[in-house]
This record gives sequence, structure tokens and C-alpha cells, in this order.
Amino acid sequence: MIKVRNLTFKAGKRNLVDNLSFDVKKGELLAVLGANGAGKTTLMKLLCRDIKPDQGEVFINDKAITAYSLTDLAKTRAVLQQHNTLSVSFLVEELVMMGRYVHFDQQPGLHDHEVLKQVMIETGITHLAGRDYNTLSGGEQQRVQLARVIAQIYDNPNACLFLDEPTNGLDLQYQQQIMVLARSMADRGYTVICILHDINFASRFADQIIMLKNGKKVADGTPLSVINTGNIELTFNIKVKLMASEDYDCPLVFPAAAASPHMQGM
Amino acid sequence: MTGKTKYILMLLLVLMIAIMVVSSCIGAVTIRLPELVSMISYHTGLSDQQDFQPQQAAVFFNLRLPRVILGVLIGAALGISGAAIQGLFRNPLAEPGLIGISSGATLFAVMMIVLEIKLFKQLTGIWSFYVLSIVAFIGAGITTTIVYRIAMKNGKTVITTLLLAGLAINALTNAFTGFLTYLANDAQLRSITFWNLGSLGGASWQTVTALLPFVLIPIFGLPLMSKSLNALALGESQAQHLGINVKLVKRIIIVMATMAVGASVALAGIILFIGLIIPHILRMTVTADHRFVIPASAILGAALLTGADLIARTIVAPAELPIGILTAMIGTPVFLYIIISERNKNALR
Repeated sequence: MIKVRNLTFKAGKRNLVDNLSFDVKKGELLAVLGANGAGKTTLMKLLCRDIKPDQGEVFINDKAITAYSLTDLAKTRAVLQQHNTLSVSFLVEELVMMGRYVHFDQQPGLHDHEVLKQVMIETGITHLAGRDYNTLSGGEQQRVQLARVIAQIYDNPNACLFLDEPTNGLDLQYQQQIMVLARSMADRGYTVICILHDINFASRFADQIIMLKNGKKVADGTPLSVINTGNIELTFNIKVKLMASEDYDCPLVFPAAAASPHMQGM
Repeated sequence: MTGKTKYILMLLLVLMIAIMVVSSCIGAVTIRLPELVSMISYHTGLSDQQDFQPQQAAVFFNLRLPRVILGVLIGAALGISGAAIQGLFRNPLAEPGLIGISSGATLFAVMMIVLEIKLFKQLTGIWSFYVLSIVAFIGAGITTTIVYRIAMKNGKTVITTLLLAGLAINALTNAFTGFLTYLANDAQLRSITFWNLGSLGGASWQTVTALLPFVLIPIFGLPLMSKSLNALALGESQAQHLGINVKLVKRIIIVMATMAVGASVALAGIILFIGLIIPHILRMTVTADHRFVIPASAILGAALLTGADLIARTIVAPAELPIGILTAMIGTPVFLYIIISERNKNALR
């Protein structure tokens, strides 16, 4: 469970994140939407304790993140960042085991090996175990990184999972796989916050959507309640059309005619 | 660590001991293996049989054994700090000599000699070696910190910046060292030349004792950093998210690596490329896991430097080739090979 209260982060005079407050319940997936520069990445950094807010506080399970020790924090939240490059190459199983580093001293224990095996099965990367990470495709690499992050909090169902644009640069199949995994983590009780670009993916997988613009909240609520042309135009400066989806409550979003004045300016 | 890597570590240890034995036996005075065994068992009180010449014992205990041990210590120091520095900078090309650590140590050591610091002149015997080591350590620490600060941006080393910063720092320290050389008298000149070429010729029980703490602390300390170094391969913020205290780890590694390199340079001069090629070979052939690379670099570095010293002191006997020349001759082609293979790897991406 995550509570964010009056979170503000300034860069010079500009507020990159501006007095932001929201809650995410245990077992829910929150999608954060917003145009480039809306403050999504800054928000993620604040949630991870990478940077200190100028005002406000983030609470995980009712405890301020500043009150956590480094290792307790690592056991309570795991982060999948946008860019993951390895300076030296590791085997896939060695890389996933890094997620367990906070749980053992020098050598992994029996339990860590069990978690490793289980996570690799669940993320569908068992067949990659002995492969060199740098020889994998982008989609495979992202799945391996996600497995590492899941392994970190695998035995703490009260933990949080932060995903920063996890589907970036992946083809549709991998995008789908990553989001299904994120969803299944929420279904198992984890609190998941995910920055996304694709509105339809967000409404498909999230319980709650927050739209950001200039560091401020434009909308906050269930997909059905926030996905409308007004909110989207406000957030992304584009006109869109909605189309009812056959098997889902929330409408699909697609760009309006390309010749609209807004689109020409882009 | 898997059974395989444990097995390889054992093999490397056996290799190191074998080279130590061979190096103890070969030289102007030849010692055969049974004589060596008899010497050791006689002096440790295991046997009262004396199956060796007194002259052999004198050579072994006063000259060869301290020299072999000095080689082992310095090789281990260079190998292990090379591995740790490469992990810390997230770059396989980082090397104590290349990025200015060794030249910083040299500058400070030479400064002590040429400027004839009063306190230093009053020190004799082992204390002068200790002070020299500490001063070299400080010099190495300063240059490392400068290069690190310049090369790091947003938690990543920019490789060109790193190498250029190293180049610049090397040029600057060399200029100062050159200036001191210009001021130096004949006796001092000899010592300075010794630093620039690198040699184990100064080996004695005093140098070994002086070097011991500077090498033993990193040898036992740095392997404890292995897990953190693995995590650092992902990036600094990623490592932090995994629960690693990155700031602390960085400080410990820099202090320990410069400690080992600084003291080595103070006592044996600049010996290039050991710290570069040893970890690289191990990563290429076995695994990049620092839990293996760190201790294995110490052992293989010790073995290789002891072996190289054996060649250096026998190849042009009765004269002696400075070992720094030898390691540079062997190391440079390997270095070029690494650059070319890195280039090809990047071209594929």
C-alpha cells in the first residue's frame, strides 16, 4: 500500500512534481500517464527515494520511505528502470539472482535458489537460464530484468513494484507479456505502480489511472472514470476518439483524424 | 559460487604455488627440489637432516624467498585492485596505471625522495618503507578521486572521458615527476629510474613486512565487496535499489584498491598491465561474477608476476631486466586485443 502526500520536487523555479497526493491500495495496479516532461520519471525517482522531495512524503505500508533502512527498503519495494545496460555480461540466472542479493550475505541459500527457480518459471525465462544476457533480444532482456525485480520481493506480498515504462521499445507480444506479469503481481497482493505511454494498455491492465501534466494531477480514478476525450486532450494536447470495446467496459482510444490542427503542430 | 569456480580457484592456487617453487629454485645458485624441501623442513624443525649447502640456504632465505613473496604480494595487489577498479568504473579498460593511480603514487614517492623531507630522512629501515607506502597511497588516492570525479556522470563512467582524464592526470603527474627528476642528484636519479621501470630487485624481508598490511587488508576486504560489484554492473541506481549502499561501497573500494596499488608502487615501481589483463582473462574464460573474479585475480596476478619476475631476472643473467618492461611487452598486445574485441562487439550492436 502506498500513500503519497503533497509531494513536490523543484528544479530551479519550476515544480517538476507539484503538490501531488494519491493512494494506491494493496493488490492494485496504478498506471501513470502523461506526455513527455509531465513529471512521470521525477515522480518515479521520488517514489524510489532516488531523490529527496522539496515537500511532502511517500509512505509505503504506512511508514515514510525516509524511515526505512536501505536493506529494508530493498525488501519492501523493487524497481524496474527504463534503461538497463550491463557493463560486464552475466548469465541470465546469475542476473536474476542479483534480485536476491539483499536476502543473503555472500552465497545464496537454499530458499534463494528456490525463489530463483520459481520466478524463472513464472516469468517464462527458464529456457534462457544459461544464456549470456548480452546475447538476448531486447524483449527477452526486459523479461529477465523483470524477473530479477520480482525475485527481490518474491516472498513479501506486502511489497511494492515500480515499473518505469516497462514496455518501451518492445514489440506487441512482449509488451503484452510484461503487462500480464505486472497484472498477475497485483493480483497476488503486490502494490504496482507503472508508468505507461499506451493509454489502451493502461486502461486494460490498471485498476487506477493517474494522468499528469506539468507535475500536476489532471485526473485520478478507475480507467472507466478517467478515460475520456477531455482528460486526454488536457493531458496530451491531442484530440482522440473513443470506441466501445467489445469485451471490456472501458472504451478504446485512438487518434482523431490526422489533419486536426493540433496534430499539424506536432 | 558454483563447484566449477571453486575448482578453478583451487587450480589457480596450485599454479601459483608451483610457480613460487620453481622461482625459488632457479637463479645464479641452483636449488634442487629435494634440497628446497630439506631446507624448509630443517628450518621449521620438522627434520634435523641437512641435505643442502649452507650457501643455498643463505640465498634462499635472504634473497629468493623475500623476492618470491614480494612478487606474490605485488601481483596479488595489482590483480585484485585492477578487478575491483574495473568493476567500480563499470569498464573493462580501467586499470590502475592507465587511469593515473600508479603515476600519482610515483609522484608522491619521488617527492619524498627528492625533496628529502626532514622527517623522512630521520627514518631508517622498515619505517621508511612504511612511510613511503603511506605517502604513495595518499598520492594514488588523490589521483583516483580526481579521475573518478571527472569520469562519472549520472552514475556512469564515460569511457572516453575516463581514459582522457587518466591521460591528463598521467601527463600532469609525469610533468611534476619530471620536474623533480630535473632537481634530483645522481643517487636520487637512480631511485627515480627504478620507479619508472618497475622492479622487484629491492626485495628484502623489510620490504615484504612493510607491504604486508597494505596488501592483506585489500585481499581479505575486497572479496567482501564482490556482491556489490556485481550489482554495480547494472548501474548505480539499480544497485542502490537492490539494497546496496553504493556510496560506502565506492569509498571502501577506492581506499582498498589505492592502498594496494600505492604501496606496491612505493616498493616496486610502476608495473603496468597486470591489473588490466588478469581480470579480463578470467572474465572471458570463466565468468564475470566478481565473487570469482576478485579472488582469482589476486591468485593469478600473484602467479603471473612471480613468473614474470623469474624471467626478468634470468633472461639476461647476470644482469636483470626491469619487470615493468617485461609486463608492458606482454601486456600491450593483450591490451590492443581487448580494444579490438570491444570495438567488434560494439559494432555488432
